[in-house]
Amino acid sequence: MEKIVDQEAAFQARIDAGEKIEPKDWMPEKYRKTHIRQISQHAHSEIVGMLPEGNWITRTPTLRRKVGLLAKVQDEAGHGLYLYSAAETLGISRDELFHQLHIGKAKYSSIFNYPTMTWADIGAIGWLVDGAAIINQVMLTRTSFGPYARAMVRICKEESFHQRQGYEIMLTLCEGTPEQKAMAQDALNRWWWPSLMMFGPRDAESPNTEQSVKWKIKRKTNDELRQQFIDITIPQAEILGITVPDPDLKWNEERQHYDFGEIDWDEFWQVVKGNGPCNKERLQARNDAWNNGAWVRNAARAHAEKRAEKERTAEAS
Amino acid sequence: MQKNERKKKEPQKQANLFTNYTIITNQYNMKGNPIWEVFIRSKNGLEHRHVGSLHAEDAKMAMENARDVYTRRQEGVSIWVVESKHITASNPSENGEMFDPAKDKAYRHPTFYDLPDELEHI
Ligand SMILES: [Fe+2]
Ligand SMILES: [Fe+2]
Repeated sequence: MEKIVDQEAAFQARIDAGEKIEPKDWMPEKYRKTHIRQISQHAHSEIVGMLPEGNWITRTPTLRRKVGLLAKVQDEAGHGLYLYSAAETLGISRDELFHQLHIGKAKYSSIFNYPTMTWADIGAIGWLVDGAAIINQVMLTRTSFGPYARAMVRICKEESFHQRQGYEIMLTLCEGTPEQKAMAQDALNRWWWPSLMMFGPRDAESPNTEQSVKWKIKRKTNDELRQQFIDITIPQAEILGITVPDPDLKWNEERQHYDFGEIDWDEFWQVVKGNGPCNKERLQARNDAWNNGAWVRNAARAHAEKRAEKERTAEAS
Repeated sequence: MQKNERKKKEPQKQANLFTNYTIITNQYNMKGNPIWEVFIRSKNGLEHRHVGSLHAEDAKMAMENARDVYTRRQEGVSIWVVESKHITASNPSENGEMFDPAKDKAYRHPTFYDLPDELEHI
């Protein structure tokens, strides 16, 4: 018992000194579990996040938009793969991670349980959802667990194009016909609040935050990140000439930040619990993809075995 | 023909936690396919660097996956893939005996040797 206490103190000292933790290092069981949970939730979010945008790949207004969106969605698949790899270094298998997602046990970002109803939603997602993700992910490039931090560096390099392609979609709509601009405004109206919810519950209602900050998993609290997002996004909305659906939003000269209205936390928890507009659809899509892809996995294995067999006979002769 | 030979293996169904459809659980191979470590040379003249890992059934597919996952933006001119199980790693809990012996050997560094300031090109 005393040994564990010593080890934990030594571990905390390493973190406090700014050292990174690598997979084979000793770590408290809770640090390992928290990371498996957080990294895999993050990975699932990247993968499920492909679904709402994938919905529009065949219906983009131009070929330019199509190659951009396709590349973005492909990147998200890559992000999922980097993150699953990072989670696996902690001793959990890829299939186990998928399994937890497919049975609805693992969580992913609730934002992806909202539908993409118009083309403007693709613009709003790139601008707001990727924008919010970037703020979180930039912080995570300095997280204490090495493989997670390295995955984040790679991901952040790729994200900025995502946000720019989204903003360009919004800009084009806002410079278009009144109907197109109204479409952009409507998308902002629907995506604004869910985007703010992406940063998670208020600090006061976020029991894990303290431990996460202590372990340098998080370096800023949910509320700090949310404020940062609002402060940089409002001027971007002004350039577009559209407004966020918050009558209480106001610049606070004294705080040097925007004040904003109350988030509907009821809605947040409802979506987390599985009652969002698309929770069932998303999970069904992932299960279908897994089940319908079984023959591909089997074929790959059969092919590998055949190829190995051929090499063996070639060597023997 | 034997009776149990014909018996088709029924997929095991497991109820989803919060939806009413079922998922087919025996399609999970919990031990999965092999993991490969990926190393990329970003340009000639530089060394290959570890960039991450991936799953693939064999080396050829690992190489194809590495191309798609890790070089979507011309990040490399050369890729190595090595099945993870072939890597022998040092154990961090033995770092003391492993690396500490080099600690007190300052004489392996140029600054250990006292030479006059006016001396040049050495
Ligand atoms: Fe991403
Ligand atoms: Fe993204």
